[in-house]
Amino acid sequence: MKPTKFRFFPMPFHTFLLFTIWLLLNNSLSAGHLLLATVLSIIIPWGVSSMTTERPRIQKPTLAISYVFLVLKDIISANFSVALLVLGPLKKLQPGFVAVPLDIKSELGITLLASTVSLTPGTVSAEISEDQKWLYIHALHLENSEELIQEVKSRYEAPLKEIFGC
Amino acid sequence: MIFFVEAIASAILIFGGVFLLIGSIGLTRLPDVYMRLHAPTKATTLGIAGVLIASCIIQSYRQESLSISEWLITLFLIITAPITANMIAKAALHHEIAPIHRTQGQELIVTAKDRTPPPSEAKED
Repeated sequence: MKPTKFRFFPMPFHTFLLFTIWLLLNNSLSAGHLLLATVLSIIIPWGVSSMTTERPRIQKPTLAISYVFLVLKDIISANFSVALLVLGPLKKLQPGFVAVPLDIKSELGITLLASTVSLTPGTVSAEISEDQKWLYIHALHLENSEELIQEVKSRYEAPLKEIFGC
Repeated sequence: MIFFVEAIASAILIFGGVFLLIGSIGLTRLPDVYMRLHAPTKATTLGIAGVLIASCIIQSYRQESLSISEWLITLFLIITAPITANMIAKAALHHEIAPIHRTQGQELIVTAKDRTPPPSEAKED
């Protein structure tokens, strides 16, 4: 890695994020906390900015927001469907492993996809193949693996691909 | 007014509590480690969110200013829950813990552990 010129704000967005989160966590706007938040949000990025990797930029902010709402909605419906499965007869459950082929390339995209899969109905992502082309999923109740793969791909992967443009 | 606020908060608390309870019931009822993972990652997110929202409502009312730190906790939970689940699943795969018999696609466990493409695909190459 080539040595880069020292910048006072190496990560402006993270500085802002740290500043607001510090204030939110303390639930206060007193002078002391404002000072602490400012100092921390300037100093921490100096130390960690060299550890960051190249990240894809969000290409379509509106789609990103609608994706967040889609996931929130699915989290709620996931809670209900898993609750029903858990309380229902266990003998009828057909668990199974599925490998989903990935088209999405960026690491952040794959991370988001895997996390979304874990939070949404009946599926938990277990592992990713080393070449980052397969996502292994465990499903609590698997009726049709083809259907599940198609659903993950069209419902979650396609919008993520579009958001990051990769 | 306080009665009205408390009634809403209690309703949300009960709602969240029911989901937390279901998550715990799932932990004891489900037969193998992979299936058990589903209960705490799903049922619990909504349960905790319910408790936190109730806390947010009561605190905002008492302090007469909006209390947002609860939302942050919910946000952190949504970020960390899937990662925890993923780590437990990985650990279970590496310890070669066998899933229950009727699990479909068991041939994928070996390739998932080795992080290689699934067997059907390897033959085609």
